Amino acid sequence: MADVLKRVPVREQDAKVRATNFEEVCYGYNMEEAMEEASRCLNCKNAKCIQGCPVSINIPGFISKIKEGNIEEAYKVIGESSALPAICGRVCPQESQCECKCIRGIKGEPVSIGKLERFVADYALENDIKPVKAEKTNGHKVAVIGSGPSGLTCAGDLAKLGYEVTVFEALHELGGVLVYGIPEFRLPKQKVVKKEIEKVKELGVKFETNVVIGKSTTIDQLMEEEDFEAVFIGSGAGLPMFMGIPGETANGVFSANEYLTRSNLMKAFDSSYDTPIAAGKKVAVVGGGNVAMDAARTALRLGAEVHIVYRRSEAELPARVEEVHHAKEEGVIFDLLTNPKEILVDENGWVKGMKVIKMELGEPDASGRRRPMEIPGSEYEIELDTVIMSLGTSPNPLIASTTKGLETNRRKCIVAEEENGQTSKACVFAGGDAVTGAATVILAMGAGKAGAKGIHELLSRK
Amino acid sequence: MYKILKAEKLADMIYLMDVEAPRVARHCEPGQFVIVKMDEKGERIPLTICDYDREVGTITIVFQTVGASTHKMAELKAGDAFRDFTGPLGCPSEFVGEDIESLKNKKILFVAGGVGAAPVYPQVKWMKEHGIDVDVIVGSKTKDMLILESEMRAVAGNYYPCTDDGTYGHAGMVTTKIEKLAEEGNKYDVCVAIGPMIMMKFVCLLTKKLNIPTIVSMNPIMVDGTGMCGACRLHIGDEIKFACVDGPEFDGHLVNFDEAMKRQQMYKTEEGRAMLKLQEGDTHHGGCGHCGGDK
Ligand SMILES: Cc1cc2nc3c(=O)[nH]c(=O)nc-3n(C[C@H](O)[C@H](O)[C@H](O)COP(=O)(O)OP(=O)(O)OC[C@H]3O[C@@H](n4cnc5c(N)ncnc54)[C@H](O)[C@@H]3O)c2cc1C
Ligand SMILES: Cc1cc2nc3c(=O)[nH]c(=O)nc-3n(C[C@H](O)[C@H](O)[C@H](O)COP(=O)(O)OP(=O)(O)OC[C@H]3O[C@@H](n4cnc5c(N)ncnc54)[C@H](O)[C@@H]3O)c2cc1C
Ligand code: SF4
Ligand code: SF4
Ligand code: FES
Repeated sequence: MADVLKRVPVREQDAKVRATNFEEVCYGYNMEEAMEEASRCLNCKNAKCIQGCPVSINIPGFISKIKEGNIEEAYKVIGESSALPAICGRVCPQESQCECKCIRGIKGEPVSIGKLERFVADYALENDIKPVKAEKTNGHKVAVIGSGPSGLTCAGDLAKLGYEVTVFEALHELGGVLVYGIPEFRLPKQKVVKKEIEKVKELGVKFETNVVIGKSTTIDQLMEEEDFEAVFIGSGAGLPMFMGIPGETANGVFSANEYLTRSNLMKAFDSSYDTPIAAGKKVAVVGGGNVAMDAARTALRLGAEVHIVYRRSEAELPARVEEVHHAKEEGVIFDLLTNPKEILVDENGWVKGMKVIKMELGEPDASGRRRPMEIPGSEYEIELDTVIMSLGTSPNPLIASTTKGLETNRRKCIVAEEENGQTSKACVFAGGDAVTGAATVILAMGAGKAGAKGIHELLSRK
Repeated sequence: MYKILKAEKLADMIYLMDVEAPRVARHCEPGQFVIVKMDEKGERIPLTICDYDREVGTITIVFQTVGASTHKMAELKAGDAFRDFTGPLGCPSEFVGEDIESLKNKKILFVAGGVGAAPVYPQVKWMKEHGIDVDVIVGSKTKDMLILESEMRAVAGNYYPCTDDGTYGHAGMVTTKIEKLAEEGNKYDVCVAIGPMIMMKFVCLLTKKLNIPTIVSMNPIMVDGTGMCGACRLHIGDEIKFACVDGPEFDGHLVNFDEAMKRQQMYKTEEGRAMLKLQEGDTHHGGCGHCGGDK
């Protein structure tokens, strides 16, 4: 009998092999492994894990269905709260959400809730278990802006209630960060994202790609000229930040967004696609979040030696532990307590290196994290041909600046009520990264649900 | 899918197409651009809107074959279609929002180089429609490369063609024509220059001397065209701007052209580099070995 304090290990692609390909790193559980892991769950009455999940999935509920081997039922339980389980099971920071609250975690390892959720969702995708469609439409037209997790969830929920929903997406592919940001090796596009989107389509949601709201048309025009009665804004936080240090416009300096978009959305890693990428031989990724890990692991797979340059220490890395662990296994080098001062440029305008300075941690600052301070005189130069800036993103002002009466805050985020997504403008709702700033898939999904609820409350009264 | 209703070769390596894109046609203004993508595996290619028909719902694009993608695009015929056609992107030209009466009191000069005649055309047409006659200089290497002549003549006040080899109109570069017009006593309040970066750079050096405020349309490398990637960033004075959302038109006297030209090289293919060398002469730094596009 296996040690109940330990999780059933999940099979993964070997680190050396996967560092050279874009196939998914984690293989996930099979039926036998899933049932064994499920048996570790104590089916707590007052399940703490549920409090840790932003959309309050009935975790013991679905896990007990796995114990019985009834995966279809397990899928239905998850479906009551989550629209994109195959995605959340893969990319949720479970260690700081559902799993960190699990009772099993006190003495041993918490139940692998994420991996179990993923197993159930993948089973549903493979066996083509369909969500339940509305019997007939109720005649109300709703527009959703953006096809990321918040928009997809809002659209799906409204369609189930019978609304006629059209999603407008600026890019040529659907999925938001799920297709342009998070890499293939963490979240397969054809196998997972596309299929989850197919399900939303099957609910009757219409999609129009290549429509940039604020340019191709505006929110006011959608309501006045195209008779949409309500609008949900799920446009994300896509605007990349730069450091403002010398040399940042040199050739070979990219935002993580550009580097990842070229590789993921435009598939530059596949030579049958036309879009090029300057992959680099020696790459520095500046930053320590999930996005930085993704950029670093992408560059690695494109053949580069990769350094993460981060100004605090390992304990403060904002990225998920699993991602840091995977990055290290694959051979990404961590230059911690190090901060860039200047990018060095050759006579043709290309990056040739970076001047950095060593840092030490001082007293905790307002965020509670110890503040990094420069160590005087500790500058040195590293030789590089590529620098990827991964310093965070903020919401694109395009929609706010073209919509009359839509209030934003100092951080350029749209102001909206948490429980129903209502903005300062009548009939306009918002949620996800556009409201919170860069956050997580599951929070965006939760906000999409709240927005759908708000819109339903408004329109069902009409 | 976005159907091509007309495909025409205007000159050697220069093509015109009318494409069905009703949403774009309904809302576009002079100065804006679109991003087109031919098929599943194609690149996203930015092209300026050259003309539009709001009723029929079409956009006219004019492009020059530069590298692999534009060559492939040149093979498309009427009846074919683009998989993706996004727009209008970027900001309309500044004058679109200006007071017409005050515009009428201004003396405006447009300067186009090569395929730059295409983006200049809708602006000059807009002026004509609002009762404003402007001067237009169009430069090309040789007579056969001059495009949109009759269209431009129909909407321009004075039309001055120039050819580098002297086969038509004024013999010499557009800058020498500007100097000549200034010497003849023309006092311009504003100049709009669109063409290869190298041309815009030299026009700006000259108009700075002549004290003519100058607007240029920048064409850096782009990916999304919505402000998401930062590939299109430029130095405008001390500030960093994204050409796709803050531009593409900027105060030419503040643009750092040397940097912008270097950035444009980043993904050049062999054909692309050869083409740019032709366009941009001695300022081209080929063979850097860093090019990721040579596949
Ligand atoms: C590289 C990367 C890795 C990440 N890793 C994780 C992870 O492991 N786990 C996790 O939980 N979270 C992760 N995140 C964060 C997570 O992806 C986001 O929080 C989430 O996608 C936000 O969803 P959203 O629906 O608000 O917006 P987005 O996913 O950003 O989608 C917004 C969509 O709106 C479109 N749009 C924008 N403006 C317009 C307009 N004007 N008109 C029409 N359409 C428009 C955009 O093109 C986009 O498709 C990661 C993010 C990145 C960038
Ligand atoms: C706002 C804007 C408006 C434009 N309007 C027009 C127009 O009306 N007519 C026209 O002929 N051209 C225009 N261009 C330039 C046109 O987009 C490029 O010529 C085209 O992308 C070259 O692609 P290629 O694959 O054939 O060339 P390659 O040399 O193979 O290009 C390789 C890479 O470099 C990039 N690239 C190359 N040249 C340029 C360039 N000059 N500008 C931007 N990216 C470039 C491409 O995106 C591609 O990724 C415009 C560019 C911008 C940014
Ligand atoms: S959605 Fe995320 S937080 Fe909620 S149970 Fe699933 S993995 Fe955990
Ligand atoms: S807290 Fe852990 S053991 Fe208890 S129900 Fe949740 S997953 Fe199962
Ligand atoms: S093209 Fe991506 S930000 Fe301008």
